[in-house]
Amino acid sequence: MTRHIEIRKNSYLDSVSLMSMSTKANAVDGVTLALLGMATPMNKEVLLNVGVSDPAVDAAKPSDLMVVIDATDDTIGAAIEAVNDILARKNKGSGDAAEVRYRTLDGAFSEVADTNLVIISVNGAFAAREARKALNAGKHVMIFSDNVSVEDELALKTLAHEKGLLVMGPDCGTAIINGVGLAFANAVRRGNIGIVGASGTGSQELSVRIHDFGGGVSQLLGTGGRDLSAEIGGISMIDSIRALDADPETAVIVIVSKPPAEEVADKVLAVAGAASKPVIVNFLGSQRTESGYANVTMTSGTKPAAVAAVLAAGIDKSTLDLHALNIPLIEEVRAKLVPEQKYIRGLFCGGTLCDESMFAALDKYDNVYSNIQKDPQYKIGATDPSREHTFLDMGDDDFTNGRPHPMIDPTMRLQRLAQEANDPEVGVIAMDFIVGFGSHDDPVGVTIPAITEAKAKAAARGQHLEILGYVLGTDLDTPAVADQIAMLEAAGVTISSSSTNLGLLAREFVAKGDN
Amino acid sequence: MSINDLFHNGLKPVNLGLDMFADDLKAQGVDPVLMEWTPPGGGDPEVIAALSRLEDPANASKIDAANQVALDRILSAQPFLEGFGQAIDTVPGMTAKTILHAGPPIEFPRMSGPMKGAVTGALVFEGLAKNVDEAFELAASGEITFSPCHEHQSVGSMAGVTSASMWVHQVTNRTHGNTAYTNLSEQLSKILRFGANDQSVIDRLNWMRDVLGPVLAGAMALNTDGIDLRLMLSQALHMGDEAHNRNVAGTTLLIQALAPYILESDFTTKDKREVFDFVASSDYFSGPTWMVAAKASMDAANGVENSTVVTTMARNGVDFGIRVSGTGNQWFTGPAQQVVGPMFAGYTEADSGLDMGDSAITETFGIGGFAMAAAPAIVALVGGTVADAMNYSRTMNAITTGNNPNITIPALDFMGVPSGIDVRKVMETGILPIINTAIAHKDPGIGMIGAGITHPPVEAFQQALRALADGIAI
Repeated sequence: MTRHIEIRKNSYLDSVSLMSMSTKANAVDGVTLALLGMATPMNKEVLLNVGVSDPAVDAAKPSDLMVVIDATDDTIGAAIEAVNDILARKNKGSGDAAEVRYRTLDGAFSEVADTNLVIISVNGAFAAREARKALNAGKHVMIFSDNVSVEDELALKTLAHEKGLLVMGPDCGTAIINGVGLAFANAVRRGNIGIVGASGTGSQELSVRIHDFGGGVSQLLGTGGRDLSAEIGGISMIDSIRALDADPETAVIVIVSKPPAEEVADKVLAVAGAASKPVIVNFLGSQRTESGYANVTMTSGTKPAAVAAVLAAGIDKSTLDLHALNIPLIEEVRAKLVPEQKYIRGLFCGGTLCDESMFAALDKYDNVYSNIQKDPQYKIGATDPSREHTFLDMGDDDFTNGRPHPMIDPTMRLQRLAQEANDPEVGVIAMDFIVGFGSHDDPVGVTIPAITEAKAKAAARGQHLEILGYVLGTDLDTPAVADQIAMLEAAGVTISSSSTNLGLLAREFVAKGDN
Repeated sequence: MSINDLFHNGLKPVNLGLDMFADDLKAQGVDPVLMEWTPPGGGDPEVIAALSRLEDPANASKIDAANQVALDRILSAQPFLEGFGQAIDTVPGMTAKTILHAGPPIEFPRMSGPMKGAVTGALVFEGLAKNVDEAFELAASGEITFSPCHEHQSVGSMAGVTSASMWVHQVTNRTHGNTAYTNLSEQLSKILRFGANDQSVIDRLNWMRDVLGPVLAGAMALNTDGIDLRLMLSQALHMGDEAHNRNVAGTTLLIQALAPYILESDFTTKDKREVFDFVASSDYFSGPTWMVAAKASMDAANGVENSTVVTTMARNGVDFGIRVSGTGNQWFTGPAQQVVGPMFAGYTEADSGLDMGDSAITETFGIGGFAMAAAPAIVALVGGTVADAMNYSRTMNAITTGNNPNITIPALDFMGVPSGIDVRKVMETGILPIINTAIAHKDPGIGMIGAGITHPPVEAFQQALRALADGIAI
């Protein structure tokens, strides 16, 4: 075994590229460990954790690139060469004379006059500063990056508000502007329904359901998950509602969020109530059923919200395929489960999808654990084993810390699936598969072997393990939803037609006796 | 401006971050503006905070105005070669027991191998020690005063070791009235400034003291007009020099200007012939001349309050130091870097000493690595193509305050060389100044083993930026 440690001074690569390069480097023949990363304190700790300690690593700065390769003595030379090739790919395309790249936003703005939106997905520590530059130059901003402080978020949104600009994010995963999907988005029909979402996959789900019901989307604006907190006060949400109210192409406004702070909810509803258009509200998990405004309708889930929106947008109710809960299916699954198979395990890429299913379970059961549970008694961490009913948002920070999001790289979820399948008390494993812009190009395909194995494990102990899947996407997405569903069905997976139904079906499958 | 404008105008996004988002935009028929972004300030949160403070509009306008003053001084400087003299008679603060060296201040024990070699060789040359061993003892004894050339209106190439009886150029900036000094080229390879110190080196230094220096001084004594170095430098760039590592044209122009006066002087034909042969032995003869011309120009730009323009970049083989106009004579240092480039046969990277010398004054001024596009003949140094060389010069525009209209690059449509490195821009873009330079062997007594390119350490700019931000806050 030979260890190669190289510090490349002042070489920057973004963490997502480095993670994908590390994955490739680990697959090189003879390599037992390959780690490519910027020399941040966190990455240094990662190295220490895998037993790599070296003065060169200690001395490296966050602006330096660390290359660590362990390989067998006879392959190390070839491995270094292979890793160098992987790293060199960064410049793929930059030799193309037509591709111009700018080092600074100011440089880009001065060379390209008509830019109007900056999509920021750099490390959160640097995102606020770049966003401020964009706003000061009069550009709208979408901040995909997370780990931006609340103070920065408030300052940016206040600045944007003063300037009449839009700040989507931080931690805004999706938007559709003028029919163009940004970051994680689905290909949906254009139409007259405007969406404002404080939850990324919730917004995606709404847009997909609206498309499915024959409606279309005028604009989908994201606000970032913290916008409706007491600290931020819904600045982006309120500005977005007003903008959609003033937009002649928007007839109906839908807003989706996790439960907002009470006073912010009041404020947002008041703005919605002052709008000239119908506003459909879905505050996930909120107990509010009345808005107090004639034009503002409260709904209980993403699907009811989509239904209300398309009806308000003028679509005839008789044309809707509402996909009511399939009661015979529920009976059939219940019959296959043995009495000890009492629990649901939800393994989610989408945070809102996890939320929605978890809230469905909470309506019926108390013993619901999750990494996104508000109640500390029921909160579990990423490395904790699942307990009773467990819903994991695997895109949450405690899972993704230093690793790619499961929508991009499903590896982490496959491992968890194998673990859950070992538990004889599990009746249902619920999973979401998100296709579309930004997502893995075949999320179902990479998961099928793990699903087959999980089912086989249960079968070996004489159990039927129910795997319930939901594919978020449209017929216009790549890959198309129908193809992904066909693959799941072939593997014996039961398909839910929506996020809302996913939670309800999972809950009902494991209900016993009088429940 | 309103959010609704976004809905009605075409979407023209800038994608700052993940390329996969740009790919998805292209797939949807949108043409995003692409970025080659690196974290500002080398990723250091404190530096970023300092950068943000300097970006505050009130501060930024003060700094921009100060930088314009500094740049104007650089561009309007007219360095003239006025004559040659011995260091003891000319260089401010020089004493019989003073050794000037390149880079920021450093004590003898911390000096690099080649610098120790040069220091001890100089002590032997000055007759202060009988041999190199004795010189090592003397150097470590505390009897010798070590001081950076830069703190004596001087620069020194490589080790930069300058002692009392060495002859130096005297160059006056006729616009601003300041004078700068640098010693004479020993020509290339096994020489004092690269750390060599055997008898052949001492013999050459003796000849330079006894023949070369007096002949050149005698010649310039006859030339009462002086020699306009800026004009000559400008010509040299048009003839394919970048005036740090390629000096073929500059040396030819300089000796052409000196030759009539050398001939006219009273020295013997043998002496004159030796001088001409010596000059012809290496293209590097004029290298120090361009360094001192740059020094005379940059010194004029120092001390402009609030200016973030770099006025010194210098290395002692251990530390790389910069000084900035707005913070005057304060040094900001970081570790000297490896120089990457072709090596003489028989040597490898393991033999190379770290970056050394005051010659980066050329890049500070805007030539050398910054004018790489003027010297396609030496692209091998950058290990690349002519297009790479063009790119190096263009890239430096991103970190400089302006371009020098007096010194231009024909192949870039006569673009003026990028001048006035702005600490803010270096930290903002993550682009470090590029430096063309020679490589000395890491051990004393050996000499030059290659040439290539290098960069200053990020740390020096980080410190400078923090100090500038602290200074402007007062």
